[in-house]
Amino acid sequence: MKKKLSLMFIAFGALAILTGCEPLTVFDTKGPNAKTLSDTIILSIITMAFILLVVYVLLVVMLTKYRASKTPADYEPPHEEGSHVLEIIWTVIPIIIVAFLAVVTVKTTSTVESQPEGYDNKEPLVIYASSSNWKWHFSYPEQGIETVNYVNMPIDRPIEFKLYSFGPITSFWIPQLAGQKYAMSDMLTTIHLAADDIGSFMGRNSNFSGRGFAEMEFEAQTMTQEDFDKWAADVKANEKPLTEEKFDELLKAEHVGRSSYSSTHLEFRPAPMEHSEHMKMGDMDHSDMDMSEDEMDHSKMNHEDHSQEKSEETHSH
Amino acid sequence: MSMEEIFHPLKEPMIMGAAISIIVGAVVIAVGLTYFKKWGYFYKNWLSTVDHKKIGIMYIATALLMLFRGGIDALLMRAQTAVPDNGLLDAQHYNEIFTTHGIIMILFMAMPFVIGLMNIVIPLQIGARDVAFPRLNAVSFWLFAAGCGLLNLSFIIGGSPDTGWTAYFPLAGTEFSPTVGNNYYSLALQLSGIGTLLTGVNFITTIIKMRAPGMTLMKMPMFSWSILITNVIIVFAFPVLTVALALMMLDRQFGTQFFAMQNGGMDMLWANLFWVWGHPEVYIVILPAFGIFSEIIATFARKNLYGYKSMVMSMVVISLLSFLVWAHHFYTMGHGVMVNSFFSITTMAIAVPTGVKIFNWLLTMRHGKIQFTTPMLYALGFIPIFTIGGVTGVMLAMSSADYQYHNTMFLVAHFHYVLIPGTVFGVLAGYHYWWPKMFGFRLNEKLGKAGFWFIAISFNVAFFPLFILGLDGYARRMYTYSESTGYGPLSMVSFIGAIGLAVGFALIVYNIYYSWKHMPRNEKADVWDGRTLEWATHSPVPEYNFAVVPTISRLDEFWFAKKEGRDITAGKIEKIHMPNNTGAPFWMSGFFFLAAFFAVFSLWTPAIISMLFVFGFMIHRSFEDDHGRYISVEEVMATEKSLRGDK
Repeated sequence: MKKKLSLMFIAFGALAILTGCEPLTVFDTKGPNAKTLSDTIILSIITMAFILLVVYVLLVVMLTKYRASKTPADYEPPHEEGSHVLEIIWTVIPIIIVAFLAVVTVKTTSTVESQPEGYDNKEPLVIYASSSNWKWHFSYPEQGIETVNYVNMPIDRPIEFKLYSFGPITSFWIPQLAGQKYAMSDMLTTIHLAADDIGSFMGRNSNFSGRGFAEMEFEAQTMTQEDFDKWAADVKANEKPLTEEKFDELLKAEHVGRSSYSSTHLEFRPAPMEHSEHMKMGDMDHSDMDMSEDEMDHSKMNHEDHSQEKSEETHSH
Repeated sequence: MSMEEIFHPLKEPMIMGAAISIIVGAVVIAVGLTYFKKWGYFYKNWLSTVDHKKIGIMYIATALLMLFRGGIDALLMRAQTAVPDNGLLDAQHYNEIFTTHGIIMILFMAMPFVIGLMNIVIPLQIGARDVAFPRLNAVSFWLFAAGCGLLNLSFIIGGSPDTGWTAYFPLAGTEFSPTVGNNYYSLALQLSGIGTLLTGVNFITTIIKMRAPGMTLMKMPMFSWSILITNVIIVFAFPVLTVALALMMLDRQFGTQFFAMQNGGMDMLWANLFWVWGHPEVYIVILPAFGIFSEIIATFARKNLYGYKSMVMSMVVISLLSFLVWAHHFYTMGHGVMVNSFFSITTMAIAVPTGVKIFNWLLTMRHGKIQFTTPMLYALGFIPIFTIGGVTGVMLAMSSADYQYHNTMFLVAHFHYVLIPGTVFGVLAGYHYWWPKMFGFRLNEKLGKAGFWFIAISFNVAFFPLFILGLDGYARRMYTYSESTGYGPLSMVSFIGAIGLAVGFALIVYNIYYSWKHMPRNEKADVWDGRTLEWATHSPVPEYNFAVVPTISRLDEFWFAKKEGRDITAGKIEKIHMPNNTGAPFWMSGFFFLAAFFAVFSLWTPAIISMLFVFGFMIHRSFEDDHGRYISVEEVMATEKSLRGDK
């Protein structure tokens, strides 16, 4: 038993050393959303370490003190029914710990589910991120551009990722900037984040989606607002527009490299509804929720500035 | 579907090798049975038995076999990911292996192991002569076996399911998974699921109606309590799986759109249905382990279980909460702060009754006289390792933090830290503890302990690194990763741990052979100086379990009777009513298997013909006049005398 305990300590030590030398991705945060989560995780690890310690100390005491070899041969253990006082103690203390963690959970969940604090005065940049087979499409309605397998973002401006999928459920994750969320074919989900530092970060799909899943990564690059504007203008001016034929070709492909376009697919293939809208739709005519190809072909409207209201129109016509 | 497509998995040399070894194994067994003229014995004593003890042994034998099938899958997975950019397996093969590893370990290893132990022990522990519906019990086993066989056939014929044991839609739909793999999934799980549901009905009835006189519910041993609660969960949870699998089959094979991307289908509906069953399922495999540990810790601390009432209460609370937490499996689906907070709180609440149990086990040992036998080592190893699984469970329950753990190796590490020290240690503890009851001799303690230490240490080597890798952003289910990620070294450590685990499990199986050869046969009935009724009857147990059913006046009656020098099995022997053996469950499940097999390939005519045979068996049973048989007083006396003489 002692062997096992020492093993645990070595393992925990290894964790500490690893975190010390080069922080683990989840703790190496580059934005407020990821920072909130990292702090929550560290807080929970400390709380849990305390519980582990209590259990381990009790176990070691019982095993050293009450082993048969330490007790006299004629020792006959007494009959003990239990103790109300002890039972109340080890029910109430965990309840307090759980209540504490519940408060932390509710608070942090609502923090990361809304626009990052300190950016309230700034309009968020909306980026639609959609997955197909084993690649990611990023549409910038504000800039009127689209990229594949890479996403550039300005720092110091809140960003809203709107997620959906052209196939299996995927999960959009840039661990150093924010927690993940599912991208699904029939519902739009949202990630709020902001980046504090300039850098290049690993982004990936973390939800198994078939054969090419392991390679389904993208690069998330953060830059100053100035560089971002320059890049966006550059793409808008120099890249070809994304035609429907080209987009269908992209959808069908399994893996592709990076590419950029001076228009978005949202114009001819609008995104599905938000979750909240979806819930409201629940009782209404389901045929309106139809996302079939034909339906979408009918909706070739010209969306210059593709906003959520426009996409709702598409669905309820 | 062409023959070429059907047999395409055989192009893989590894699968060809496995297929050949299965065929060779089957031929060896068949030749052996023929050579030793044992076909009759085999059919009469095993295939057509309705004896709960034999059915239990068959469940456990299947579970051990599947432990190796699933274990080989696991070894291959760890080998493939041991070094970056490894080419041992391709993505398709890896996807099939992690899918079958999950399905097999949960449904065809953990479940039958638990059900096997409950079959063997429950009637003995409550002083019954068999389960309430012995023939139904045989149907349960053979349906389970049919489902198990069907799933294992998939990797040779047609290809295994490859979308994870969760089979999330739309990935598992025909658009993205056109092969028959997921047809196998829906039909194999359906067959064994029906078997499990029948087990649930059977054991609830058995425990409610067939306890020994005087044994009120609150005088019932803790393992029996855990099994009663487990079966109540089964009866509430499994119908959800049945419905979900039926909808899956309709979607895949009849063109319905329940989970499709178009026409109002909802992929999230599958995820919800799956986990409404899936989370209670976790407690179905963990609560019996809690029951086993309660028995073993009390026996080897030589003290009664501390806080019996709170132990029962905590299990009841866990069983209720188990139905209120399913959405924590997909916090990341975007259902908002309110829903996520609700499920976070219900999930964390489970930690409270679980903590109560841990502290009660610890306090049971206080003032005790602890003996370190093999079963006790598993129970003691369970506490520190499972607690890590428990506290990381609380961490995962926090919905905000889960956005960073979800779909990562951290999650994989967590549920292995719960299921291995919980369920696997539990069933292995029970297996070592009750082995002498089943076979009349002990398993060798030295080998048993060596097996425990190998497993306990290697387990931590294999899975602790995964916590760290998960926090480093390692997503699960990736068949490979690049060197630049830095996941290589810890993945190698994990692979080494996996090899150690394999050695540990090999030792456990070798111990069967060794003990069968070398261990003394004239063990007394009560080898461990136990507290509960199963130790009051002979080992191995006669067909009728108890010549005289004991009367109970308190918890641990057997223990107190021993101290007071009373013999609770004394009394007047009367003739004993027992059920007749029947081959019908075996043959009926055989036809069920054929029906499901044809249905996998959408060959409806032979499938319907096979189902007609199944219904034929049911109709025949409905009109059959079988009142069982009596064992005469003389026969019982003769058996008792010879069993006593053995001692």
